[in-house]
Amino acid sequence: MLGKGLLQGLAVTAKNLVGSFHDPARYTTQEYPEVKPTLPEAYRNFPFLVSESAEDPMGTLRCVACQICEKECPPQCIFIVMERDEKGKAMKRPKVFDIDTSVCMSCQICVEVCPFDAIKMDQVFEIATTDRFNALLLNREQLAKPNTYFQQIHPTEAAEVDARLAAERAAAEEKAKAAAAVKAAAIKAPPAPPPAKPSA
Amino acid sequence: MTNDLPVTGSQARVRKVKPSAFDLRGSSFPTSDGGGDLLEISLGPHHPSTHGVFRMDVVLDGETIVRLKPVFGYLHRNHEKLGEGTSYLGSMPYTDRLDYLNAMTNNWAYAIAVEKLAGVTVPERAEYVRVILAELTRLLNHSCLAGFLMQDCGCSGTPLMYAFREREKILDLFESLSGSRMMCNYQRFGGCRVDPTADWLEGARRLTDGYSAFLDEYEALLTGNEIIMARTQGVGRLPAALAVSAGVTGPMLRASGVAHDLRKVDGYGVYPRLNFRVPLGDHGDVYDRYMVRMLEMRESIGILQQALRDLPGGPILDPKAKQRGLRPKAGEAYGRIEGPKGEIGFYLISDGTGNPARYRVRAPSFVNLTILEDLCLGHTVADAVIILGSIDIVLGEVDR
Repeated sequence: MLGKGLLQGLAVTAKNLVGSFHDPARYTTQEYPEVKPTLPEAYRNFPFLVSESAEDPMGTLRCVACQICEKECPPQCIFIVMERDEKGKAMKRPKVFDIDTSVCMSCQICVEVCPFDAIKMDQVFEIATTDRFNALLLNREQLAKPNTYFQQIHPTEAAEVDARLAAERAAAEEKAKAAAAVKAAAIKAPPAPPPAKPSA
Repeated sequence: MTNDLPVTGSQARVRKVKPSAFDLRGSSFPTSDGGGDLLEISLGPHHPSTHGVFRMDVVLDGETIVRLKPVFGYLHRNHEKLGEGTSYLGSMPYTDRLDYLNAMTNNWAYAIAVEKLAGVTVPERAEYVRVILAELTRLLNHSCLAGFLMQDCGCSGTPLMYAFREREKILDLFESLSGSRMMCNYQRFGGCRVDPTADWLEGARRLTDGYSAFLDEYEALLTGNEIIMARTQGVGRLPAALAVSAGVTGPMLRASGVAHDLRKVDGYGVYPRLNFRVPLGDHGDVYDRYMVRMLEMRESIGILQQALRDLPGGPILDPKAKQRGLRPKAGEAYGRIEGPKGEIGFYLISDGTGNPARYRVRAPSFVNLTILEDLCLGHTVADAVIILGSIDIVLGEVDR
């Protein structure tokens, strides 16, 4: 019968129309600004720098300014300058750490290549500003967030990272203790005097 | 891609066209049979029917198309040259942005190319997870394509919104696994980045089992509809010989009746272990292209159910596989898979340094687009719109 397919299709639209009033599976719209979306734990958008304490973020950044992320970043949006003392010795922390979020493509490569777990992905997504240039170029003060924040947004990953870092720290302490013990033993027992040369 | 005709925007005007300006294939500019003027219309680039920034320079005799010149490059991003300037790992997130509907399959094809180049093996669990993600991608691509095609036909929005409702469920799965809905950046050389949890797999199972019901409803809405049949049957016929000679792949080729599916031909990944059929069309028209995709989705559901059932344990990523600072031995490799749009392939030449010496993408949308004029000649403008819709292009991939 001509028109059967048409009527069948109209029945489907009618079912969806009526269903949208009582069936949540057929009305999936979230009224966004009023209802905030629930983000999955893995959600990522822009990177931030992890600091150990919230009180002194600049003093406790995990970043050692090794610049691996700067080199690996595909769109080249990271800019790092290492801090140096008066003698020019590297201080293993960033003097400048800028991320241009207008260039960043949220690919997470920086997080994957970082050997110090110093850079992680944030979940803040309402970042629109009225200033195109300066507001989107984030410096290290704006990027630094404490480890407790990381534990809050990515609990599984943070637990894993914390356990690994704690193990590394314990191993380093163990090693330092062992080295100190060896040193102490060396001081306590001075090396045996060289055997007297047999008189000619 | 020079175009010496000063056409701006979607303008239409009647004029005498110099023969040299339209000497596209060595033939002279056609004249109207009725002795009247020909009308030149620029469809696009900012036109909703062109699926992005794509322009069709159409010459009409009355309402019949006598010449069609595809003009593209508006979305060119220098993708291949960027690939030569970044490390092997650094190109992975850029592949998401080729065909931005199907990031997972792009990632997979690129990972295969690098794995071949560097001689990396992939754990079995990762192979299964890749199949699961590729088939989910196929579901979302084909559902959306049907929606967009219907939008082109004039079913303004309803089928597309139903497709988007289902697509959003798949994208939620991608987001909870990879952290991003569309720009997944999930595959790595020698496996995948994150191991899917039991919860995630349960969610995928639930979605797979529920998808047949959606397809039934979707087909009840569209497949038997008389208006859609009248609009699409017999329109834009692609003969099998032309499809093969032009290098057309994917559902476009199979709708013309050529049994060529890389999942069967190459048998990459774990596809040889999975049981599925390859749907073929008889007529090669727009309706067949729609139907082949619908049937492919049914097969995809079967593949998903098998893969989710057989998913083994074990590592997801080969721990010996190097990601950063990969320097494969000098040589070349071509990795290809059956993407939802056709054969997506990556050709890499290594000279032993950290960057590929040559990075080339074989984009299915681009190759499938080359036959647009052959399909459209003799049809009307309204038909050209649905023929373009049935080719299933994404301009991110065409222009690269």
